[in-house]
Amino acid sequence: MDSNLAALTTVFTEFYYWLTVALMFLIHVGFCMYEVGASRRKNMMHTLMKNSMVIPLVTVTWFFFGWWIYWALPAGPGITGGLDPDGFAAGYVPWGELMGSNLSDRISGVFWAAFLLFSWTAASIVSGAVIERIRSGAFWIFAVLVGSVTWVIDAAWGWHYGGWMVQVLGYHDAYASGVIHAIAGGAALGILIPLGPRIGKFRSDGTPRDIVPHNPWLVTIGLFLIYTGFWGFYVACNVPIIDPEGIGGQITGETWTATTIYLTPTTLSAITFNFLMSLAGGMLAGYVVSKGDAFWTYSSGLAGIITASAGNDLYHPIQAMIVGMVGVVIMYKLHFWVERRFKVDDAVGAVAVHGYAGFIGLVIAGFLLWGHPSSPYEGYATISPWGNFIGAIIMFWVLGFLPCFVLATILNRMGALRIPREIELVGLDLADYHGRYMLESEVAKAEEDEARAAGLIR
Amino acid sequence: MSTTGIDSWAVDLADITTLYPFPGTEFLMFVIGFALWIIWHIWQVRFENRTYEEDLKRLDTPEKIERAMREQRMD
Repeated sequence: MDSNLAALTTVFTEFYYWLTVALMFLIHVGFCMYEVGASRRKNMMHTLMKNSMVIPLVTVTWFFFGWWIYWALPAGPGITGGLDPDGFAAGYVPWGELMGSNLSDRISGVFWAAFLLFSWTAASIVSGAVIERIRSGAFWIFAVLVGSVTWVIDAAWGWHYGGWMVQVLGYHDAYASGVIHAIAGGAALGILIPLGPRIGKFRSDGTPRDIVPHNPWLVTIGLFLIYTGFWGFYVACNVPIIDPEGIGGQITGETWTATTIYLTPTTLSAITFNFLMSLAGGMLAGYVVSKGDAFWTYSSGLAGIITASAGNDLYHPIQAMIVGMVGVVIMYKLHFWVERRFKVDDAVGAVAVHGYAGFIGLVIAGFLLWGHPSSPYEGYATISPWGNFIGAIIMFWVLGFLPCFVLATILNRMGALRIPREIELVGLDLADYHGRYMLESEVAKAEEDEARAAGLIR
Repeated sequence: MSTTGIDSWAVDLADITTLYPFPGTEFLMFVIGFALWIIWHIWQVRFENRTYEEDLKRLDTPEKIERAMREQRMD
């Protein structure tokens, strides 16, 4: 920081990203509340612990290898270059001096944390789909796989200014329709198929039963907290302020700007318009298709944002609204079609809200932004329908569905994926905490005895 | 000599890099941290398996399962 302007820019950028971390924490709070509300009473504590432990597990693994992967793999390796094309990954090995308190580097930890919160989100999306029957130990392996490995690979490839998908395909996904949501939705589907539905989800004739949230208020507050945290997610996807010299691309002049993660110019104003209009579009469409169902209307607000996110750096707000509406109608219809046709029990609609909406959003962005430069650097492909469609396949199926399906199938064959049937019937909380339940029944008995001795009851 | 390698703040901050104690032991710390993470998973899976095995012993008849489902008790 050798000048006042450089110092001010650095401090502003540090604080900007630091604030996004605190805001994004609310996404996780929201997911926890939402999942607990959506589960049945007999499984509440288990559901809470399953999601909460994503925090430490993804954090430590993100430190050990996730962050390094992001900087090491943008070029494939072997597609547009070798391992660590910019030389950053060498500094971000977990034993590197930049991975700790260091006066010569004031911002790496803040960037690391902002990306980490994306990682929690990716893992947490998967968590909701599989509640009430997955073994925690199995889920936590998936959490590390998605949160610290597969989503990071996709981010290096398609959510990095030098990513090979951006260079070769013109892949554009500014606010992570694909790199977070489609991959997490695909991962959830990959686990759900070997995992199977909850006992009682389907009637003998194959039609599904609706297992309703035990606490709609927790679900509501949870989803609203996810909306709140989503603001942090959005602004964390931007570079808040940078000069053309800092970008070092083809942009001329002296105008400083905010940019996307691809260093393409946008504004905070643009994403604020579009975040809210796509949220509104999603809720409006969700209310209609679900005929006023609160759970699906709120989830559709999220799905509206998720669908529009790939292009929300550039869309007109009314485009963002309509894109959100289209995504919600398709994802809602797909959810129930897949449920009926393939007997997939996605307890919170995560595959639809995140996976299908993210996939659709990428495809739509490919058409609406066709020909727009994907990067300020020379030689990159422009945005195109085929580039974003191939990108959507890579996100949902190749990096999302496939690794989790393979691992879930292996764990299932080992008997390590699903809880025993008896435990599922009596409830996971009784099984996990029966000692506490016994204590409660002892206390109840003691109360009865004392009340009887005092003549209050017979 | 301090554990951080910094003995005084009468320095140009541009010359200071790491602030944490025991610089030079980063790789060892990584190995320990990584091992703790793996050990945690092993312990957790064993703990979970043991818990379910014990629970299944308590639920070894249809009557016990039915009682646990109805009364949310398993003693």
